[in-house]
Amino acid sequence: MFGRLTWAAVPFDQPVVMIASGTVGFFIFCVLALVTVKGWWPYLWREWITSVDHKRIGVMYIFLALLMLVRGFSDAMLMRSQQALAAGHALGYLPPEHYDQIFSAHGTIMIFFVAMPFVVGLMNFVLPLQLGVRDVAFPVLNSVSFWLTAAGVLLVNVSLVVGEFARTGWLAYPPLSEVAYSPGVGVDYYLWSLQISGMGTLLSGINLLTTILKLRAPGMGYRQMPIFCWTALASNLLIVASFPILTATFAMLLLDRYCGFHFFTNDLGGNPMMYVNLIWSWGHPEVYILILPAFGVFSEVVATFSGKPLFGRRSMVMATMVICMLSFLVWLHHFFTMGAGADVNAFFGIMTMIIAVPTGVKIFNWLFTLYGGRIRFTVPVYWALGFMVTFVIGGMTGVLMAIPPADFVLHNSLFLIAHFHNVAIGGVVFGVMAGISYWFPKAFGFTLNERLGKAVFWCWFFGFYLAFMPLYALGLMGATRRMQHYSNLHWQPLMLVALSGALLILLGIALTGVQLAVSIRQRERNRDVTGDPWNGRTLEWSTPSPPPAWNFSHLPHVDRADAFWGMKQQRATAGTHVGKPSYESIQVPRNNPTGFFLAFFAVLLGFSLIWRIWWGAGLGLLGAIVVCLMQAWRTDGEIEVPAEKVAAFEQLHGLNERTI
Amino acid sequence: MSAAEQALATGDAVPLSLKGPAPKRVVAGYGFWLFLLSDIVIFAALFAAYAVLSGETAGGPTAADLFDKRHVLIETACLLASSVTCGFGSLAVQSGDRTSTYFWMMITFILGVTFLSLEVSEFGHMLMIGAGPSRSAFLSAFFTLVGTHGLHVTLGLCWLIVMLLQVTTLGFQPMVGRRFFCFGLFWHALDIVWIGVFTIVYLGAHL
Amino acid sequence: MSTEIEAQGVAPGVNLQTHGKRRSYLVGLGYAVVLTLASFWASSTDVIYPPGVPILLGVLAIAQMGIHLVFFLHISSAPDQTNNILALAFGVFVVGLLVFGSMIIMAHLNHNMMPMDKLIQMQR
Repeated sequence: MFGRLTWAAVPFDQPVVMIASGTVGFFIFCVLALVTVKGWWPYLWREWITSVDHKRIGVMYIFLALLMLVRGFSDAMLMRSQQALAAGHALGYLPPEHYDQIFSAHGTIMIFFVAMPFVVGLMNFVLPLQLGVRDVAFPVLNSVSFWLTAAGVLLVNVSLVVGEFARTGWLAYPPLSEVAYSPGVGVDYYLWSLQISGMGTLLSGINLLTTILKLRAPGMGYRQMPIFCWTALASNLLIVASFPILTATFAMLLLDRYCGFHFFTNDLGGNPMMYVNLIWSWGHPEVYILILPAFGVFSEVVATFSGKPLFGRRSMVMATMVICMLSFLVWLHHFFTMGAGADVNAFFGIMTMIIAVPTGVKIFNWLFTLYGGRIRFTVPVYWALGFMVTFVIGGMTGVLMAIPPADFVLHNSLFLIAHFHNVAIGGVVFGVMAGISYWFPKAFGFTLNERLGKAVFWCWFFGFYLAFMPLYALGLMGATRRMQHYSNLHWQPLMLVALSGALLILLGIALTGVQLAVSIRQRERNRDVTGDPWNGRTLEWSTPSPPPAWNFSHLPHVDRADAFWGMKQQRATAGTHVGKPSYESIQVPRNNPTGFFLAFFAVLLGFSLIWRIWWGAGLGLLGAIVVCLMQAWRTDGEIEVPAEKVAAFEQLHGLNERTI
Repeated sequence: MSAAEQALATGDAVPLSLKGPAPKRVVAGYGFWLFLLSDIVIFAALFAAYAVLSGETAGGPTAADLFDKRHVLIETACLLASSVTCGFGSLAVQSGDRTSTYFWMMITFILGVTFLSLEVSEFGHMLMIGAGPSRSAFLSAFFTLVGTHGLHVTLGLCWLIVMLLQVTTLGFQPMVGRRFFCFGLFWHALDIVWIGVFTIVYLGAHL
Repeated sequence: MSTEIEAQGVAPGVNLQTHGKRRSYLVGLGYAVVLTLASFWASSTDVIYPPGVPILLGVLAIAQMGIHLVFFLHISSAPDQTNNILALAFGVFVVGLLVFGSMIIMAHLNHNMMPMDKLIQMQR
């Protein structure tokens, strides 16, 4: 009746898991109870859950990512403490079969459910505002994308309580991930949750790409488009081109596991190396999907807070598009040691080194933007400066490993771990943190507490170096990745230093929560009344904070890059407009529960497939189809905001003279 | 004055990129075009797997043993013809002609079903003689590549039925017209993929 | 803007245009039939130099795909098609890279793999 699902799936005999899930479950219960008691459900349903507004969806992505950061970081703390303890004869407190699930979950969660939602959330919030339009190309699809990602999150987290997670590492290489060697449900949880959220990401990529290419304010050609939009363009191009590879490869592994196919098995002609090849032809573009928008954030932040236009704008755009193309030509550097031979390795090694060049161009452009500017050292600038130092180090260790002979020594050592955390934390995390503190006032109408923001930065900055510099040394000393314990006692002091770094980052994460709470308490003091708290250069700063559902009461007419800066200059010389501007009624997309219900059925489908509950899977599929059909027949997708309401809103925010 | 306003004033053609947000028809069509490209990448991964694994027959039946060219020629003819009838159907949709729409789209549907039944009979036969997907890596790759294409055709036919129901119940609204346009793109793209399939899988087998 | 809004609701094709479009599908069908039959013939005939047959099949397949793109999907070099062409070019780039890259890489990897029977022997 319930497939393979029995009570034995719940790990009652593992205290760590039971306590962790119990705590989380209790916390969730408290939140739900609070919401119910306070009667917030109608508000939440109307304003957030069924919202198709890109600003709301962007905020929800980031909120989801922050939650999953806590989960992924708890896995990190478990690993760091285990490795600090398990030296020589000591075995630590996490047996290998748990440790393996922990490092697999850590990687999966951090890449797919922290970094991706952070980046997609920022792009979602910012793009339509910077492009001077009212929403993304397909608002309902946007909601579907978010909720499918949330569905993936739910499945991954359920694996903690019901069943187990994969023990294969975050990429689930066969033959270990095949049924012969992973007969449990762990790999199935991994595969189905990523297939579902991967669908959401692909749809998001199509959505944002169409928005950038087909929906821009009048007069905004490619030359006038903000740099963040260019990096988003490159990133979404990569999503549309690479995520299907992930879908196809996981589908092949699923067919092997469920239907006895032989794509990647050891017998009957299967080839596990093919999996590695395909998964990395997705995997390399993936890391550029994450880093390019972060680069875009830094371009915006550095230009704004130097009070100067970005240096070398055209070369910045070229460098972005070159990185986009080149990211497809380097994927073999992830498996130099698999045995493709010197010729093939040499090609990919050289290509990998070449890709560092446009990145260097970007760094120099940022430096030259800062040079000669009147720099304001706000929290976003702290993150930008920290990024420039940290990312360069990480990039250099990458170029080091691009040399195949060097990689033969360092592949899968802690040196590799240190490298990718160096670029992921120094690049992606720092970029997202900069973006969040930069655009927070636009989203919520008040700025974040600066002092606590700087404290958070310093915790992350020093925490990162303490946690990962020892790993470079350990890698060179021969330590491999994914070690549940090790025999060389000389490594332990370095592991302890790494643990201290992790604790410092933990403090940073805790302080982020404190910063949020304090900033909310102090919000009246830090209200953003003008909509332009940073003296910004791009169009999002021309709207009130937070912007209305329709973003712009009149679509701006653009004639130069840094459009808002140009408008401010004009206003300064020409004076304010005389006379009352006229308003028209505006069509705004209506709320839509399609995304939420589709995700609900996706979870049902995924969970049922994992546990081989075939009737449940059928039900999930049927429900999803019904939801889609209902959406197909929906004809009242938009509501009209009458002109008087638009005028009243503008009146309230005292922005009459700001129309163009 | 912005560049667009200047150009309009002087009567120069405004470059498309400066004209402001595109109309819904263009946006929907382009978004779907991008989706189709992503779908083609899925097929590319499956083609890559087929190319690598086509020789891994594990002592079982090979491509030359299994594939019948006449069968494939008929399948190809069905799909190609359905592409043309789908095109005629799209023209009927554009001119709001209900009868022609039903006529051409039903022919498209029938041709599609014929294609599928031929393919199902081929798969069925192969399963019966023990040449199923779990026999070898080559067969896994074959069944997945050709089967995925067949699955897309099936989904396309279901979509076509839904679209005909939409025309019946909602008439030729802009929304319905946009969706028919997307269906047309999808159906033609499937024929393009089939060109790759029959060339590489079936004709390539006999080399 | 107003002309585009008008164009949205009304059918873009007047009868004249529709007639022209109908021709496009029939011409495309004609070319496609010829090329398809040529492919089938090329794969079974002895007349062509055998190592050249795969290349010929490839060329014929690409030609057929081109016919579909031009006559059925109406891709052209008109300025409003630029985005479509660029997207297509990018797609072709990725597909080519994935398929040929994988074939080259896997060929090298397989070449360097120990033969299967020796591997199994080693594990006994």
